[in-house]
This record gives sequence, structure tokens and C-alpha cells, in this order.
Amino acid sequence: METVFIIEKLILVVIIFTITLVIAMYSTLAERKIAGFMQDRPGPNRAGPGGILQPLCDGGKFFFKEEIIPAGAHKGLFILGPTLTIITALIGSAVIPWGQTLSIGGNEVVLQVADINIGVLYVFGVVALSVYGVMIGGWASNNKYSLLGAIRAASQSISYELGMGLSLIALLMVTGTLSFSEIVAQQSGFVNWNVFVQPLGFLLFMICSFAECSRVPFDLPECETELVGGYHTEYSSMKLGLYMFSEYIHMFVASAVMSSLYFGGYNFPFMYDLGLSQNWITIIGVIVFFAKIFGFIFFFMWVRWTLPRFRFDQLMHLGWKVLIPLSILNIVLTAVFTLVKDYYF
Amino acid sequence: MSLFYFVAFLSIIFALMTIFTKNPVHSVLYLVVTFFTFTIHYIMLNAQFLAIVNFIVYMGAIMVLFLFVLMLLNLNEDTEPMKSVLVKVMGVVAGMCLLVVLFGAFRVLDVSDALVGPQPDIGLVKNLGKVLFNEFLLPFEITSILLLTAMVGAVVLAKNDTKKA
Repeated sequence: METVFIIEKLILVVIIFTITLVIAMYSTLAERKIAGFMQDRPGPNRAGPGGILQPLCDGGKFFFKEEIIPAGAHKGLFILGPTLTIITALIGSAVIPWGQTLSIGGNEVVLQVADINIGVLYVFGVVALSVYGVMIGGWASNNKYSLLGAIRAASQSISYELGMGLSLIALLMVTGTLSFSEIVAQQSGFVNWNVFVQPLGFLLFMICSFAECSRVPFDLPECETELVGGYHTEYSSMKLGLYMFSEYIHMFVASAVMSSLYFGGYNFPFMYDLGLSQNWITIIGVIVFFAKIFGFIFFFMWVRWTLPRFRFDQLMHLGWKVLIPLSILNIVLTAVFTLVKDYYF
Repeated sequence: MSLFYFVAFLSIIFALMTIFTKNPVHSVLYLVVTFFTFTIHYIMLNAQFLAIVNFIVYMGAIMVLFLFVLMLLNLNEDTEPMKSVLVKVMGVVAGMCLLVVLFGAFRVLDVSDALVGPQPDIGLVKNLGKVLFNEFLLPFEITSILLLTAMVGAVVLAKNDTKKA
């Protein structure tokens, strides 16, 4: 039993790891294709049919570029920075329930790597940890522009973590649990989705996710057009590639977290009314879940090619003076509603 | 049990590295790793909530601020004034006194099973919340007021400075 369990989890980890990397890889192509669509131009279309091989070419180019470690840089920490960033980006998906259970030859396989009862806090912790990769990388470069960029990135990340945590608290007051699998299981069907109970909370959480992934309009950590690049100014070759790549992985994980917390995860309307067997419900659920994730990724890109970037003081103003008071208001409203519902209905 | 000894060994090694490294930024990074090993200790004690809060608050928030300040200060041996011998001796004496007190406190304790306490599930979120909000409600609320006071104080101090400048 024990070995079967471990092998099962290992296979699941490898599958999720591969899917994450492939989706992140093709997000780079999708981003450029969507940019092309929005700006009325074709986008990359030379490598393979419709540009399908473009991510491979980009990756190959990154590997063959010359690798430069600046003379005054601290070598160990300079390498640790991008490593830590990519690790923290990848471990976030461990607690996400990708589907219900599949029964294969009498074995019940749960499509979730770790069903821990503090799943939501775990994701929050991973987000908190992702600051280190950026800060270490920026400091180890021994360049004042990198250091300033790292501090800009870290202060943005810390500020929006608070709003994110506060908007999650309101959600947790509704669900009453911290476990991802229970939160998703509570939202079965369509009307039970948390987004209908917590519309304001979802909006706040989504804005904070944009900031945590440093996507436009919050991409000040790496705004190459008006400030010097940011924490990765001194990076070249695949180390720069890892920083860039982790942004797309962050986007994928953030989309998965948003779909499972607020949009029902693998649940879809009329899932138990169609007379399907458990395996079919699970398979369709996984497909539906990925459709939701792709929807969110498209939304991320849509916003990127529609909105301009904030100034840094506007960003701080929004984070501290708008989002945090609004999320506290959301907590109070949720508490009042819950009490009124408990006493009078 | 061997896992406990291994993690305890790591904690002590990284704590010593924190003290003995010359570069303050490296020192903070070793301290972060030390806190991470504490998180593993909490998980082994089945105190999941404490583990993740230690992870988020100490590793994710407090140490980031430490790192922030140290990276901007760019401390090194040449520019920093060295402390006088008297202060160093006083520090050693004070540290030794603390060691004696701790040693005396530990001597009278009974040895308990290191891995499983009397109530193994007390550290889960549900149980911890019930204990905090039933038995220890007053101390809990007073602590939160204390934190709020500190926060207001910090804001007041920061405001005063900008007016003068």
C-alpha cells in the first residue's frame, strides 16, 4: 500500500510538473500571439506551422547565449537567486486539487499531490517566500540599479501580500476550512461558486494576484521602458530565462488558485445530473478546470495589452489606501452577513 | 527520532553560521534557513498552524524587512565603528548569565517524548482556534491591542519625521 501510494504521488508530481512547464512555455507564445491579435498584426509565425516551435527556439537561444557573472557579484548568491525563484514558482501547485478521484484497476487515485488541511496558508507562504529569489538576485549582482529594482519588487510584493491575505480571510469565513480540496468540494454545481458569495473578495484577490505575478499594470519590478530593467539587469543566458519563465509559471499557478478558490475548480454545471460514471465526471472536471485556468491566463494577457502601467506611488497608494481598507470592509460585511444568516434564517 | 536529530543538528549549524559569518546579509540569510528548520520542527510536532505561521511571518515578512534594511545599509568592517572592549566583555557576561538561567531551568524539567506531546492534535488549526478563543480569549485580545499600539506608534513616529524635514 505504502509503495503504491508513493509511486502514485510521484507519477502525479511528474505529470503536473510537465504540464506546468509546457503551459508556461506556450504561454510565452500565446502572449505574443494575443499581443499580435490585439494590435492587428500576425505575431510570431515563422518557426513551425503558425509559430508553434517559437518557444523551443527561444529556449534554445537562452541556452546558447554567453553566461556572464559580473566581477563584483557574489557568485553563490547570484546563482541562488534565479534557482530559488523557479523553485518557489513550481512548488505552489502542490496543494491544488486538479480533479476528483479516478478509479484505475480498483485503486482510487486522488488527483491532488498533497491534501494538507492548511492548503490556503501554504500557498500564501510560498508567495511570501518568492520575494527572496528576487532580493537575493538583485543584491548579489553588486549593481545599484539591480538593488533598487529588487527593493522595488520586494516592497510591491509585500504590500500586495497584505491585501491578498485580508481578502482570503473573508473567503475563509465563508468556507470555514483551509483545505483546498474541501473548499472546491463545497462549490459543487454552479450556484455554489464562491465568486457569487464573495464578489468583492474575488476582485481584490485578483488585483493582488496581478501584483504578485508582477503583470501589467503592476509590472514595475521589470519595467524596461522607463526605469532600468530591475532586479535582473545583470543577468544573462538561462538565468535571465528562469526569471522570465517563473513569471509565466506564477501566472499559471495564480490562475489555478483563483479558479479553485472562487470559480469552483473542477466543478461544472449539472455535473451529477447527466448520469455519467465517476471516472467520466473526473475527466470532464479536469478539462473544465484547465479551461477555467486558460480563461484566466487569457484575461491576464488581455489586461497586459489593454492597460498602461501604474506609477510607483500610484501602485503603493492603491495597495495600502484602497485595497487594504476595502478588504477590511469586506471582512466586516462578511462577518455581519454570516451572523445575520445564522440568527434569523 | 533520527530525523529529529538531523534537523536539530541543521538548526544548530545554521544558527552558528548566523553568528560567525562576517557579512551581515549572509548572516540574515542563514537566519532565514534556521527559521526554516524550525518550521520543520513544528511540522514534526504536528503543529501545522504554528509551522505555517512561522513560515509566513518570520521567514516571509520579518526577515525580508531585515534583509531590506541590511542591503540598503551595506555594512562592512571598514566603515563600521568597532565596539569597545568593555562592551564586548559585558556582552559575554550577560550571555553567560542567560546560559546559566536556561541551563538551570532545563535541569528541573522532566524529559518528555520529543515527538508526541500529551495532546498530539492540539496544533491543528481547528483545535488551536478553539483554545485561543475560549480559554485564552483575554490574553489573546490584549496581545492584539499591544500590536495595534505598536503599529500606531510606528506610524506616529514616521509622520513626525517627515514634518520636520
